Amino acid sequence: MNGNVVALDALLDERRLWKGRALGRASSAQPTGHAALDALLPGGGWPDAALSEVLLPAAGVGELQVLWPTLARLSAAGERVALVAPPHIPFPPAWLAAGVDLRGLVLVQASGRDVLWAAEQCLRSGSCGAVLCWPGAVDDRALRRLQVAAETGQTLAFAYRASHDAFNPSPAALRLLLEAPGRVRVLKCRGGVAPDWAIPLAAG
Amino acid sequence: MRWACILFPQLALDAVLRRRVEPERPLALLAGTPQRRVLQALNPAARALGLRRGQALAAAHALTRDFATADYDPADIERWQRFLAAWAYRFSSQVSLHYPRAVLLEVQSSLGLFGPWPGFEARLRQELTALGFRHRIVAAPHPAAARALVNVYDGLALDSQKALQACLGGLTVERSGLDRESASAFQRMGLRTLGQVLAMPRDSVARRFPATVLQHLDTLLGRRALALDCYTPPDRFDGRVELNFEVESHQALLFPLRRLTADLAAFLAGRDSGVQRFVLDLEHRNGAPTRVPVGLLSAEREAAMLFELARGRLEQLQVPAPVLAMRLLAKDLPAFVPQRRELFDDRPQQSLPWEQVRERLRARLGDDAVQVLQARADPRPEQAWRLGEEGTRPPQLAQAMRPGWLLREPVPLRGPAPRVLAGPERVESGWWDGGDVRRDYYCVETRGGQRAWVYRTVGEGGPLWLHGWFA
Repeated sequence: MNGNVVALDALLDERRLWKGRALGRASSAQPTGHAALDALLPGGGWPDAALSEVLLPAAGVGELQVLWPTLARLSAAGERVALVAPPHIPFPPAWLAAGVDLRGLVLVQASGRDVLWAAEQCLRSGSCGAVLCWPGAVDDRALRRLQVAAETGQTLAFAYRASHDAFNPSPAALRLLLEAPGRVRVLKCRGGVAPDWAIPLAAG
Repeated sequence: MRWACILFPQLALDAVLRRRVEPERPLALLAGTPQRRVLQALNPAARALGLRRGQALAAAHALTRDFATADYDPADIERWQRFLAAWAYRFSSQVSLHYPRAVLLEVQSSLGLFGPWPGFEARLRQELTALGFRHRIVAAPHPAAARALVNVYDGLALDSQKALQACLGGLTVERSGLDRESASAFQRMGLRTLGQVLAMPRDSVARRFPATVLQHLDTLLGRRALALDCYTPPDRFDGRVELNFEVESHQALLFPLRRLTADLAAFLAGRDSGVQRFVLDLEHRNGAPTRVPVGLLSAEREAAMLFELARGRLEQLQVPAPVLAMRLLAKDLPAFVPQRRELFDDRPQQSLPWEQVRERLRARLGDDAVQVLQARADPRPEQAWRLGEEGTRPPQLAQAMRPGWLLREPVPLRGPAPRVLAGPERVESGWWDGGDVRRDYYCVETRGGQRAWVYRTVGEGGPLWLHGWFA
């Protein structure tokens, strides 16, 4: 019993022991803009300098609404946002209505493996505030590269993937699943336990 | 100290060696008539094989065959001298090619910018070594004196007239730049050093020797000004590297490409300009050369970046035939505007500016792969957006009830009948430009819960057309 005395604080500091639900949380440098979502996430916002995944069953279920407040905040601060291989045209009237400044929005057209390459270049350079990519079918090694690139460039990275990829493991720091339109579930969040209920996503 | 003279003792050899991947291999430059080729210049490895300058090629081949040869081309030497003048133009506004195989530059007025002479000289040496040219540098109060002293000294820097006279006095007569006849006449008179010549009475020298002798002595000491033609850099860059064998792989083209882009960068730095568009010509044995145009969005001049961009274009290329030579031609040299950086940047870890990332992406993915979105004031969805280059200022028109995603081409909406959430909204426009549109738009929710933007042309039945997603 008294042979090994380990301080609880040390375990907590090493992140070997996680508290079920931290109460006093630091406010993140990258809030999502959705109060309900911020409350669920360990840092109170997006994991900074890391890859986040957004998994969705089909287009048109609120995948842009999740990010629009963040993109609006970044573009207002003069940061550059890169969209690598978006599946459709970002329709300017709606993006402007969401508060995104189109001047900071860069579209990169790529296909196949070039999507990952372009996203990695944008992330690694550290010259963008956020990089959104639609990599298609990728394995966890490619995602790990994106994760490392996001750390190197200290940039927010977002990868949009199909919802059936939720069963595969992923090195992303945060995984969000858009279950139904406007309902988001946190599948994984680094530094905390993922809650097992979905929350509604308020527009804006 | 006002003038520096940089002498290139083996300019012809360096010009050939620097485009070889392995410069330590034995190499000889050949001159003379086709019937009797003679070795004109040799690198140390070739000299170690026992080859001597002036030897006939046949005699050299009798000794050994383990050496490469290249032609000694006087036009080539002149071209490289001009290139070096373009390089030196970066450090001084007064650069002269008055003497063969040497570059004179006025340094006094550049010291304020480049720091005291020892540091300045070290920088010159470092850049010349990187470019692959052997050199000797002497700084002296007068250009002619610098040229004469660089025959003997390297790294000498003289400030005062007194030190200059002492140094010049130690020069032997035949190395002082006097014409051969007068030099041998002085020697036969028993005058071996320039000091002894200068000590002679002026009038007797004037009587016994041609007027050029006194003129030369006066120029050396700065009593008489030397009229120099100042170099002005050309408005275009044209560099060419001949490969010594037929090259079919990209890998083997990278070394000459690196040299060419480094030369271009040195040239651009001298002119304080950048390059926005340049062309790589890959020359083949037969037929027209393959052109590889490299275009940039803004003027750049950093060697590593130019190399990487050109490499990106080159790697995409299917070369139809083996390559014999590579030529880099840059005509469009706009002024270089350095990027403004802030001292306390928000992102101190930023390793690569966006401009470089953008060029890298364009080099691999194509010229129009990186674009920004622009909004246009047009009610027709197809006309309400446009892709453009960065830097333009589009109008910012926000509209509610528009989808975040717009499909490039409308597609028929499949599946069971959706639930209408809003609409119809009539969009009717475009009768003036042929793109006539009369549509009723609805916001609908499909059975799967997706929210879509669909339309039906007014007066027509048929399926609903899907035009966007409220994402």
